Amino acid sequence: MLSRTADHLFWMARYTERAENTARMLDANYQLSLLPQSDEYAELGWRAMLSISELSGIYSAAHHGMKSRDVIDFMARDLSNPSSIVSCLRAARENARAVRSSTNSELWESLNTTWLDCQRMLADGILEREPYTFFEWVKFRSHLSRGVQLGTLVKDDAFYFMRLGTFIERADNTARILDVKFEMMEQRADTSAQPFDYHHWVAVLGSVSGFEVYRRVYRDVITPERVAGLLILYRDWPRSLAASIAEVEQLIGQVTKGRDTEATRLAAQLSAELKNGRIGDILKGGLHAYLVDFLARVNDLAGRVSREFLLPIAQEPPAQTQSQTQTQSQGQTQSQGKE
Amino acid sequence: MTQAFFNEMFERSDLEARGVPAAAFRGVGDPRTHYRDFLAWLSAQSEQQIEIKRAEADLNFRRVGITFAVYGTSDLPGIIPERTIPFDVIPRIFPADEWRALERGLRQRVNALNRFIHDIYHEQDIIRAGIIPEAQILGNAQYRPEMRGVDVARDIYAHIAGIDIVRAGQGEFYVLEDNLRVPSGVSYMLENRKMMMRLFPDLFARNRVAPVAHYPDLLLDTLRAAAPAAAENPTIVVMTPGMYNSAYFEHAFLAQQMGVELVEGQDLFVDNDYLYMRTTQGPQRVDVIYRRVDDDFLDPLVFRPDSTLGVPGLIGAYRAGNVSLCNAVGTGIADDKSIYPYVPDMVRFYLGEEPILNNVPTWMCRKPDDLAYVLDHLPELVVKETHGAGGYGMLVGPASSAAQIAEFRAVLEAHPEKYIAQPTLALSTCPTYVEAGIAPRHIDLRPFVLSGTDVRMVPGGLTRVALREGSLVVNSSQGGGTKDTWVLER
Repeated sequence: MLSRTADHLFWMARYTERAENTARMLDANYQLSLLPQSDEYAELGWRAMLSISELSGIYSAAHHGMKSRDVIDFMARDLSNPSSIVSCLRAARENARAVRSSTNSELWESLNTTWLDCQRMLADGILEREPYTFFEWVKFRSHLSRGVQLGTLVKDDAFYFMRLGTFIERADNTARILDVKFEMMEQRADTSAQPFDYHHWVAVLGSVSGFEVYRRVYRDVITPERVAGLLILYRDWPRSLAASIAEVEQLIGQVTKGRDTEATRLAAQLSAELKNGRIGDILKGGLHAYLVDFLARVNDLAGRVSREFLLPIAQEPPAQTQSQTQTQSQGQTQSQGKE
Repeated sequence: MTQAFFNEMFERSDLEARGVPAAAFRGVGDPRTHYRDFLAWLSAQSEQQIEIKRAEADLNFRRVGITFAVYGTSDLPGIIPERTIPFDVIPRIFPADEWRALERGLRQRVNALNRFIHDIYHEQDIIRAGIIPEAQILGNAQYRPEMRGVDVARDIYAHIAGIDIVRAGQGEFYVLEDNLRVPSGVSYMLENRKMMMRLFPDLFARNRVAPVAHYPDLLLDTLRAAAPAAAENPTIVVMTPGMYNSAYFEHAFLAQQMGVELVEGQDLFVDNDYLYMRTTQGPQRVDVIYRRVDDDFLDPLVFRPDSTLGVPGLIGAYRAGNVSLCNAVGTGIADDKSIYPYVPDMVRFYLGEEPILNNVPTWMCRKPDDLAYVLDHLPELVVKETHGAGGYGMLVGPASSAAQIAEFRAVLEAHPEKYIAQPTLALSTCPTYVEAGIAPRHIDLRPFVLSGTDVRMVPGGLTRVALREGSLVVNSSQGGGTKDTWVLER
């Protein structure tokens, strides 16, 4: 398949997954902000979320303070924020449009309808009235597009690059969700009693659909160590880092067709570490340090995939400032004569 | 006023241009035979039912993404709104015999046009026979000297032709324009039919409407037939200027329907006079390009050097016979307005037949006699620039003020060779849904003619309708809509 097509499919899937995870993260923080607690603590949650998403800069350029209303607006409907839900859904749709002939009409129509309905819902004031309904809708639209992929597409390179985008983005996002708590403690001078720990970890679990999984796996009270263990190492659960990276490893094998590449090696190494890792060892070196290293390696892997498969285009790709957003090719407009 | 135009649906009609409520539509005239079944069906539908279906059509076109960007405001700041081309649920119907005659005429015309293009880039017999003056060809901006002596597969240049047909007077057909470069609109023909069948399946159960859905198959066959002789199992691609082109939906649609790659210039490169596309598994040879990019943008080494839409070296590979372009380079020489008046002569010269389809009578202002007539009759004529497109540099006499006509007269007298003139045609009308109900609106037709191993077409085409009262302009950019086009199998 065309390298450019693979690139669009890869980013289409990444943006769809990112919209879903942003909605999940917003939902968790929104639920937390409803608990009886100090405003300071609620603000801390929002601040940590922005920081972990590397968006504090853009946010504070246009806003004062950390009001729930403002942060939700910024993360859900602000087009100047490239990772807002609306930006992600638009980017997913535009990428799908660029390659609508390479997938099938059902996938395109599901992403197009999501985009059209999203504009309508936001204009109707759903974020003001019932933000949780909107977050849940975003999550279910993502389920739908994944369902269309699995239920209707031929298993060819188009499918593999799409799935690759999904799991690279999910590994990245899940690691960030887990790291929010660390950011909160970092940003707080007083690290003494944290009475909302329980609720925080429940919210984290909820945001990755992990609460029920946790209960079934551990049949015990909630502790940060176990939450980290579940999100990082539990291979049988599709939102964990281990499961996401295992998928990435396998998908890279599909698209390289047995060729040995740097991407194959990086993925195999990371996957083996997660397979054989123990939560005790990981926590010994510090969870935050572990996650920072993990994110760097996932980004490196994504970069390798891009260089090896997606951008063998003659001109040098423009230097990327932020490794996790797509580089846009400049379209030349053509004035056609007779058509 | 209402009787001044040929009405497609009624022999005699009292339908007013401003429209009548749908309920009152039943009694406005004597329907032509081929519309009787449809009218019987329509009068059995409730107004409300039709309204629901019309809204459903718009929603479906949006969902499928058959839209184009427009300027204006949308629900969210920073987002360019998109709109659909209005779709009218009243079809335009052809009886079988009428279509058969039209089809014969189209086949003959496209054959002659292909013969003409081949001749122009080879022996130029038609010039030597004194039928077309040499200066008309060699001095034409659409003539591509790069194509002199270049042989193309099967001597076919216009593989895909869109011939614009109108009806005027008592219902005679005229060819308004030949489109032999990158004619668009076929996706609307196909999507309109799909939409009609989805909205009103019972209509198709009671009318024998000839299908059009096999067009992509015919197109694929045509493109395969255009492959270089050496390519055994040719790789075919559709080439688009990109997703911001107004016809992008159509490019993607056709690629998908044919199961071939949709490429942009940046996906292709030429090595040693062979063309390749960049794939995730390395370079892959390309044999045939169905290109939806104008000649000027194809190859920056030969045509516009600033084009980023094309492929450097493409024309070299093309001239070497290693890749086929559909349509060929240089077809513009045959659909230029200054060449149009000669098409009936081409039919006689190349095929030895009398033309089946009429041209619109045309005065060539470079001829002193024609110019004198045109200058005497400006208020009733349409005067067009020969190389113009999109309605620029044009005078519509009956719609112009005395001052505008005087101004145009000066321009015309200064450069008569740049203009042609035609009578203002009374285009036929077809009942159409408008604000006030149903009203007659002017229509045209663009059938798509494919030339490969032989000349083929599906029964039908794209019917465009001028939705504004009295308007003769059917372009989508100027308030035009579309209708499904039926050819009855009887």
